[in-house]
Amino acid sequence: MPASLMQRLKLLVERPLMLRIENLHATVADKPILNGLTLTVPSGEIHAIMGPNGAGKSTLAYVLGGRPGYEVTEGSVTFSPTRHPRESGDPAQTEKLGSRFRGNDEEGALDLLAMEPHERAAAGMFLGFQYPVEIPGVSYLQFLRESLNSQRRSRGEAELSGAEFIRLAKAQAALLGMDAEMLKRPVNVGFSGGEKKRAEMVQMGIMDPRIAILDETDSGLDIDALKAVGAGINSIMRAPDKSVLLITHYQRLLDYVVPDQVHVLSRGRIVRSGGPELAHELEREGYQEAAA
Amino acid sequence: MTALPTRKLEAYRYADIDALASVWDELAQPQRVEIAAQQRLQQIWLPSGHEIDIRRVEMVLEAGAAARIFALNNAARYGRIELDVTLHEGADFALFGANIGGGDSTLEIVTTARHIAPGATSRQTIRSVLGDKATGSFLGKIEVAREGQQTDAEQSVKAMLLDRGATANAKPELEIFADDVKCAHGATVGELDKNQLYYAAARGLDPVTARALLLEGFIAGLWDEIDGDDRGIAELARKALRKVAA
Repeated sequence: MPASLMQRLKLLVERPLMLRIENLHATVADKPILNGLTLTVPSGEIHAIMGPNGAGKSTLAYVLGGRPGYEVTEGSVTFSPTRHPRESGDPAQTEKLGSRFRGNDEEGALDLLAMEPHERAAAGMFLGFQYPVEIPGVSYLQFLRESLNSQRRSRGEAELSGAEFIRLAKAQAALLGMDAEMLKRPVNVGFSGGEKKRAEMVQMGIMDPRIAILDETDSGLDIDALKAVGAGINSIMRAPDKSVLLITHYQRLLDYVVPDQVHVLSRGRIVRSGGPELAHELEREGYQEAAA
Repeated sequence: MTALPTRKLEAYRYADIDALASVWDELAQPQRVEIAAQQRLQQIWLPSGHEIDIRRVEMVLEAGAAARIFALNNAARYGRIELDVTLHEGADFALFGANIGGGDSTLEIVTTARHIAPGATSRQTIRSVLGDKATGSFLGKIEVAREGQQTDAEQSVKAMLLDRGATANAKPELEIFADDVKCAHGATVGELDKNQLYYAAARGLDPVTARALLLEGFIAGLWDEIDGDDRGIAELARKALRKVAA
């Protein structure tokens, strides 16, 4: 049996923690938004975070993504990415990566909050934006190739050539049912709401992260786009060595991406956790009942 | 040679007079370029590589002539591009220029477009990217004589400031004596967009590469109309942007 398959089987059985959030407090413009949030996500699992408006869902995504202006006042977040498949595995190469990418203990846990946003991406975190940003004058192909190569440099890997990158981008666009010609256009400029979200998933496929934090990826999608995005999440992220934190307001995306766990976020804390059936209960009874 | 100009002269309002003084004696007369009727000219002006880099050009476009100029102004201390264009009937002139500088460099593009006959067009697109304590200026004068009916003149001037100490000046000046003309000008000064920078960081771009990429986006389009495959100016501009972004 090849070593990589052994590794995957081991992950399936052991399900080590990918993300551990402990007693997280965070403020935005000095206003407390997260108030002692505790949550763990094992590798191989998809967890949904649901909650009413203003509960702190997007704040959680941005704190994990290291966005400036989101201040952590207490608590910790550790990220234990399973070995990135593109890493060489050569100890001499690993030595060059620096402690931030090797992890600080035997399990390879990283102190996420000590890392810069671009380092979190290089370590294997992907943040899907609720409102993807437009960048006039910069083509998607150039943006993503530079991004991926910047990540690869951080990990001590060889950069992809233009031809290699275009092959990868085309394959990922095809997977999401997106015309690869759109990647020649400036980043998100003139894209419809649905196209922007599909493009976010294409980016996720290209970056091949260990964990994806998806912030309201389902908002503004018609039913076809919703199906495509759901299928994209499943095919890119459903794997023993990957995890997803799916932040959503509605249950409907969970018809296509069935979560292992559902958590209810209210006033900056997790107030209830359960299996996929909890999402249906929330949809039926509303947040007020379910979170009471 | 005439006397050294002072900053009281409008065209030298933002100039580095000390730098100018050091080269004033050997400064050549403006280069004269004449384009015969119905002929076309394209020129690409690259930086000389000297820390003081002054280019002065007087250009005459005869009836129906066309000129396209692409210019990168990137001297380490003082870069000045002076261009005086006279347009005869139906002539067509376009300038695409970039001031890219850091340190305490002074970069300026100073133009006069003289529409002396009917139906000529002039289009000037200037982008400045300024870091540290650099100053970048565009002084653009458009003169439309009484005979210059159906003139179509346009200036688009945008500047990006990367540091608090950097300065951008944009000064359009219109002098119009004809009554049937189109003269448009727009000027903006801004800084890099924080949302774009964060989006790039979230995709793994390190801060220097992210800034350089967004700056490339900012000057995008300047070199698109170059005829042929001489893309050296784009490559030099990219290098200059990487340097100011670092």
